[in-house]
Amino acid sequence: MTPGTRTAIVTGAARGIGLAVSERLIADGWTIAACDMLEDRLREEAARLGDSYRPYRLDVTSENDVNTVCERIAEENPPVLGLVNNAGVTRDSLLMRMDAEAWDLVLKVNLTGAFLMTKAVSRQMMRRRAGSIVNLSSVVALVGSAGQANYAASKGGLIGFTKSLARELASRNIRVNAIAPGFIETEMTLSLPEEVRKGYAERIPLGRMGKPSDIAEVTAFLLGDASSYVNGIVIPVDGGLST
Amino acid sequence: MSLENRVTEIIVNKLGVRAEEVSAEANFQTDLGADSLDLVELMMDFEDSFKLKISDEDSSSLKSVGDVIKYLKAHGVEE
Repeated sequence: MTPGTRTAIVTGAARGIGLAVSERLIADGWTIAACDMLEDRLREEAARLGDSYRPYRLDVTSENDVNTVCERIAEENPPVLGLVNNAGVTRDSLLMRMDAEAWDLVLKVNLTGAFLMTKAVSRQMMRRRAGSIVNLSSVVALVGSAGQANYAASKGGLIGFTKSLARELASRNIRVNAIAPGFIETEMTLSLPEEVRKGYAERIPLGRMGKPSDIAEVTAFLLGDASSYVNGIVIPVDGGLST
Repeated sequence: MSLENRVTEIIVNKLGVRAEEVSAEANFQTDLGADSLDLVELMMDFEDSFKLKISDEDSSSLKSVGDVIKYLKAHGVEE
């Protein structure tokens, strides 16, 4: 790909998987519209990564914010042909202790956020008759996770969302796929108790936790032309955890 | 160019039909072969060309070429 000819929007791009994905896509020649709530972190990474990493402060749960920022991104960058819906939060607790607020917030960020972003961006992609969308689901959508009913529901929702849009947008040459990361070393998983993390690692056939770069490689594949006949699938990237 | 001609031009470009087929009575889906995504895109094109916003509710009632012309006129689009 000629550098500077395609833009990919990445949500949650300031750290963790979103940051690793951004760096990997830049290596492929993508311009990254890096969206996140964490403005300071975005600015720091922009200083490190240079002009291909363009920071946009964005709250994916605000329809107004999403529409305004996506319009700005379209005006200020090369054609938007990629979208990575990665922004996500956890509010873990057992069902009996889970309040409606924790449920709503996780669904809103992880699932509604992807809906709002995809709606805003697909409009631009439809016009160009080209695009690839990758939704970051999770292994817990496939196998469940005690204490994460809200998170698992949101990530499972993303799989149905992915498969429906794969059918809906295919005639416009827009592909939609999902990745189900397993246990990846990020700030999100480091916040889990040590014994929980150890327990997970022991159940992973490959015997180790994944790195953000493991997810970034598969994202780059799904977003790029190498996967041009791949549509509507969920790729687990979990060291065998879900098998 | 008249409003009718501008609308016809947009439809011809989007759906690849001949201008003669685009009569006021022509239904986008049954007469002009549009699928549901074509309809969404057509509405987007009308919005851009005539600088207005067509709500999802309104757009579902715009089934024929004549419906669109009437709608545009009612929303202040001049000839």
